[in-house]
Amino acid sequence: MSSGYRVMVGVKRVVDFAVKIRVRPDKLGVETAGVKQAMNPFDEIAVEEAIRLREKGHAAEVVAVSMGPTVCQETLRTALAMGADRAIHVETTKELQPLAVAKLFEKLALKEKADLVVLGKQAIDDDSNVTGQMLAGLLRWPQATFLSKLSVSGDKTALEAVREVDGGLQTLHVPLPAVVSCDLRLNEPRFATLPNIMKAKKKPIDKQTPESLGVDVTPRLQTVSVDEPPPRKAGVKLETVQDLVDNLKKGGMI
Amino acid sequence: MWASSCRRLASVSSTQAISAKRTLGLTNRFSSSLVIAEHNNASLAGSTLNTITAAKQLGDVTVLLAGNFQGKAELAQEVAKVDGVSKVAVIDSAAFDNSVAEIVTSAVVEAQSQLKASHVVAPASSFGKNVLGRIASVLDVEPVADVISIKSADTFVRPIYAGNALATVKSTDAVKLLSVRSTTFDKAKPRASGAAEIVTLKAPEAPSTPVAKLLREDVVKSARPELTSARIVVSGGRALKSAENFKIIEKLADTIGGAVGASRAAVDEGYAPNDYQVGQTGKIVAPEVYIAVGISGAIQHMAGMKDSKVIVAINKDPEAPIFQVSDYGIVQDLFNAVPELTKILEKK
Repeated sequence: MSSGYRVMVGVKRVVDFAVKIRVRPDKLGVETAGVKQAMNPFDEIAVEEAIRLREKGHAAEVVAVSMGPTVCQETLRTALAMGADRAIHVETTKELQPLAVAKLFEKLALKEKADLVVLGKQAIDDDSNVTGQMLAGLLRWPQATFLSKLSVSGDKTALEAVREVDGGLQTLHVPLPAVVSCDLRLNEPRFATLPNIMKAKKKPIDKQTPESLGVDVTPRLQTVSVDEPPPRKAGVKLETVQDLVDNLKKGGMI
Repeated sequence: MWASSCRRLASVSSTQAISAKRTLGLTNRFSSSLVIAEHNNASLAGSTLNTITAAKQLGDVTVLLAGNFQGKAELAQEVAKVDGVSKVAVIDSAAFDNSVAEIVTSAVVEAQSQLKASHVVAPASSFGKNVLGRIASVLDVEPVADVISIKSADTFVRPIYAGNALATVKSTDAVKLLSVRSTTFDKAKPRASGAAEIVTLKAPEAPSTPVAKLLREDVVKSARPELTSARIVVSGGRALKSAENFKIIEKLADTIGGAVGASRAAVDEGYAPNDYQVGQTGKIVAPEVYIAVGISGAIQHMAGMKDSKVIVAINKDPEAPIFQVSDYGIVQDLFNAVPELTKILEKK
């Protein structure tokens, strides 16, 4: 793998992480109309990592990809403003579940001859944490998920990746081409500066559709209902730490 | 509720059983589940026992035990004695010394091709999450991740938006692939007597495409209870201000016999290691008692602990969002409250 490799990054437009979401009255989803949206925080980390790979001279090009309705282009413009070289919008108004997203990415990765696909660990709306793994499986490429550190091997044919797992950390050697997913501590994403936001308006966004890529995106999961979780009983404030111990003992907790 | 319905059916005639099973929503009279065991070759991870409990609701349980056992049968025998397990399928191969997702996936796919389960079930741990999607791509199914409740053979409840909404979804795939949260399914216990059948499956072929290589694991062995299954958790946030200060959290946890957790902010700042992180993208816990110290209560943190039975919050900011979910709130400086609490508990 020469230093001219191509990195593809996925970016998803989601409800902003700070928003207190509400379930829709029809109980088939969460209210998103008129609610603040933003790039999925894990995808910001993915874009940042891809750009750093280019800045370090490992990658030649960073291609940002987003899938969904027209408004996804705003998210792509953010990625371009952060420093992605060009973008691809897979436009559709259909519901895209992770398997369909992975299949679309598979087509794009092969079509664009990507050497590395960098995705966020999970989208903070769906919280599935499966897309990167699915894409790696479809491509039959090595995978490294939940990354907290990424570096390129001396001969540039592989990555050295540190992953955060339940018991601590794992270090993997990952031959390229590969798919990786980014965790919180991988990097701190840069803010897009105003000059870069202006420059981004001139960068190209290619259009594709599920039909042009030959992928059937029919959802496999039907949403039966979306409900609020059961509410917790209101609690009390206690004056002293001794009160706390007494209450916990009374409840048989300690 | 499910399991007892199925047990009652076992005593009626087979025709009645089949039609009753259809009414209950089981679409395949031979419903069976394949549990992907999480282990370290020597012992089973606790999460596997919670997964077995969930899988019991979906049909006869076969546990896939794939690892490098070097011919030793002890772990398989231990699994065979777990209540609810009908069969243990063992794949024993040195290939599992490199226990990366690609290798684990090939074992699961091989086992599934031989066993043809209607449901394939993994724990929703970092192990399970690492492989769920990859297995899904090979089986060409949409996985259902982080299931907290099983409504029927094809309908599952899972949290979305950091657990602020619960989605009930129905899978239309022929094989249902899911991961289950340990917080909502109890650990399966050992049987009173008897043991399940143990069978050996042939190992899958070595992969024909490149795979990642596990170079090292930095896993801390602790004498403390495991965070995801501890009865009591004491968790520290950014207000601790340093790794040195964070020790008061550990001291309280040790005094009370609990596990130690941390907010994302505390981990980011280096006050605690990453495996202490509780939250939407860290560990999900639901202990009897969760003591949140110096944690403001961001949505993302709440996602990881709001199903705890009793939540205690210690924070000097009376407006901290954590007080909206806590059962007992103490508005005090943690550097006074925590040592005082530890001292009182030490006296027991």
